[in-house]
Parts: sequence; C-alpha cells; structure tokens
Amino acid sequence: MGGNTRRDVPLAGKGCLVPIQPEVRDDPDRLAVFEARLAAGDRVEPGEWMPARYRAECLRLIRMHANSELMGALPEREWIPRAPTLSRKLALVAKVQDEIGHAQLLYRVAEDLGMPRSQMIDELLSGTSKFHNVFHYPAETWADVAVIQVFVDGAAMQTQGSLRSSSYAPYARVLKRICYEEDFHIRLGLDNFKALAEGTPRQRAMLQDALDRWWQPIMHFFGPRDEASPHLETMMRWRIRVKTNDELRQQFLRQFVPIIHEYGLQVPDAGLRWDAAGKQYVYSEPDWDEFRRVIRGDGPKSRTRLELRNRYHAQHAWVRDAVARWGMAT
Amino acid sequence: MNLAAITPDARHTFAVFRQASKTDAHVHVGDVHAPDAEMALVLAKEQFARRDPCVNLWVARYADIAATSYEDADMLEPSTDKSYRFGGSYREQQRVYRRR
Repeated sequence: MGGNTRRDVPLAGKGCLVPIQPEVRDDPDRLAVFEARLAAGDRVEPGEWMPARYRAECLRLIRMHANSELMGALPEREWIPRAPTLSRKLALVAKVQDEIGHAQLLYRVAEDLGMPRSQMIDELLSGTSKFHNVFHYPAETWADVAVIQVFVDGAAMQTQGSLRSSSYAPYARVLKRICYEEDFHIRLGLDNFKALAEGTPRQRAMLQDALDRWWQPIMHFFGPRDEASPHLETMMRWRIRVKTNDELRQQFLRQFVPIIHEYGLQVPDAGLRWDAAGKQYVYSEPDWDEFRRVIRGDGPKSRTRLELRNRYHAQHAWVRDAVARWGMAT
Repeated sequence: MNLAAITPDARHTFAVFRQASKTDAHVHVGDVHAPDAEMALVLAKEQFARRDPCVNLWVARYADIAATSYEDADMLEPSTDKSYRFGGSYREQQRVYRRR
C-alpha cells in the first residue's frame, strides 16, 4: 500500500496539476472572497481556488502527517516478533497495519495539493523531509509499546481529533477514519498498560522507566509554545488548524495525567501541578533545543529508522514492480 | 466537470465504494492507486475492508467520474422554502388530530 510510487515504475504520479508557489501573490479580490467563505465556516475542496500559501501550508501539514504515520509504524513493528502472547501479537500487527493505511490515505490527500507521491516518498527516504519527533526515539522494552500506544497515540489523538474541523475538507474526511482507528489503538494500549501497571514489581518498574524516557518527547510532540510557532497564526486564521499547540498540550495533560496517577505511577516532571485558579497544568519547560535537533534528523534513532525505511522500500521493490507489470500485461 | 481535472494520474486512481450490508448503499470510503480495476479491488480489500463489515466493493477510475463543481453549489441550494417536502413541517396538524 502506498508503495507503488517509484519514478522508475510507470504508475508513478504524473507530476503536479498545480504548481506549488507559496510566494506567489494572490489576486486580492479572490483572496477576500476566500477568507469571507472560511470565516462563514465553509470548507475547501481540491480543484477550488485557494491562496498559494494556503495550499503550501496544507501540503506541509498533511505531508508531515503522512510521513509520520509511515515512520511511526517502525518502533512498534520492531516488537511484532517479540510480542509476549499471540493475542498481543495479532493486535499489534493490526495496529501497525492501520498506521501504514493512514499514510496511504494521507499521501492521497497530499498529492491532490500538487506534489507527486513519488516525490514525497523519495524526499522522506533521502531524509530531506520531516516526520514527528516521537518516532526518532528507541522502543527499548515491551513497556515502551504500551506507552507509545496510550500516550503517543493519545497525544496524536488530541491533534487529529481537532483537525477533523480543519477547513481543508479532504483532510477532515480522512481524519474521521484515522481517529476511529486511533481510538482502537488507545484502548488496546490501555489494556497493555493496565496489565503491566498491575503486574509484578519488575513489570511496574519497566513501565515507569518507559514513562520516564517518553515524557519529554511527548511534551515536545505538540510543538513549541504558541508564541514561538512561526506558522501557527496563518494556520489558525485560515482554520487549517483549529487549536493551538498549548491548547492541545493542556487537553492532553487533563486527559492523561490522571491515568498515570490512577495506577500509582509518577509523571517524571517534579514541576508538574494543577493550577486550579488558571484551570491548567503548570509544567517544567522541556528542552526545546533537543526538540529542534531531533526534528532536524539528529535524534537517537533518526538514522537507524531512515535506514530501515530505505531497506524495506528496496525489499518491497518487487511488489511495486509486479503491480506495474500486471498493469502492462492487462 | 470530470474529476481528471483535479486528480493527478486519474486513470490509475480508483475511488473505492464499500457496501456494509445488502440493505446499505455503497459509500465512497477512499481511493487506491492501481494499473487496472482488478488490482484496484485487491488493494481496496486490504485497505478498506479489513475491519468493518463489507459484503461488496466497487472501484471506479477518477477519469470516469463526472461531478458538479463546488463553485456551482448554488444550483443545489433550495431557491425557495422547501419545508413542504418534509414530514416534520406537519407536526401542528398531527398534534391537533391527536387531541380529538
């Protein structure tokens, strides 16, 4: 799925119908009509007129999301052969397959914005395009799988849930299916989490250790503080995004900190507390230099995961080739 | 308009329609890229029929789909009051009858 995109295969995207030129100055009359439409709650479809910058921001967001689904399957995929029971293995396979399926849905939406799928895949493989920070970290133990399924997917669910209200309609539509499947992932994760949290002292220690390592990347996941986010203002004004980084981070904390405390585990942030007056969580500032390093491709597992993705891509070349030959034979 | 105007490689992009049961209509659930319809059905089964109920799949090339334009959506809007077409508009009469 989503793999038959190499340039040497006749199936490859036939290039852009619409060139992407974010710096182009838009016709002010059309721009005014567009903004009035969005302000009235209307949504945008591919093929309709849209500002060059709107197109570029949607593409940037959706392509990053697609890349992250494809790369996000890898940390958990490493655990398929080592899953502790057959039922855990079956569920994990299903989840990993869902993530790859999400990438397929998202690259399809992205290509209509004007970038061929082959180019998006090539730039991911060569490391010139980005994917989410959390997928640059190792999954060291089975407890990491539980933490990823509950908290990384839980964090992604905040963002993706809010984006179902995005003004770019094809994105909002695929997110309905994506969120429906993510809900399964989180419930599955909570089952894994509960089994370890109520398990032996060694299992509990393993879970706490995974939480300790994952907490900061998860806080990073929502992106920098709003005032330090360069694209946020435009994205919010055009309702490409509907909630800010800080709103989503708070929403996540309200939902997930209680789950950690319920099992008597610790949030590895001594500065974390509920501010009843401000009705929000106060937390220690995560190390934003690390965040910037990691998304540049300088994380602990960035290189290994990209190499893995390249290796799988090469391994599966025969499948793409067979599909293409099928096309020539019929 | 034809959807080939807005879909890259519309001859090899197939819209997938899933029918959940024989009493349901087929619903567009997503797309696949394939060299022909037979391969499109193989890929559609994996991507769109692996979890939820499905008794039948359709695939159709984007190049073969004709559509109205969103820019002409006005023509689909009611130009006059259409309330007379809805059962809910007749509640008052039903209430009066019941009282007797």
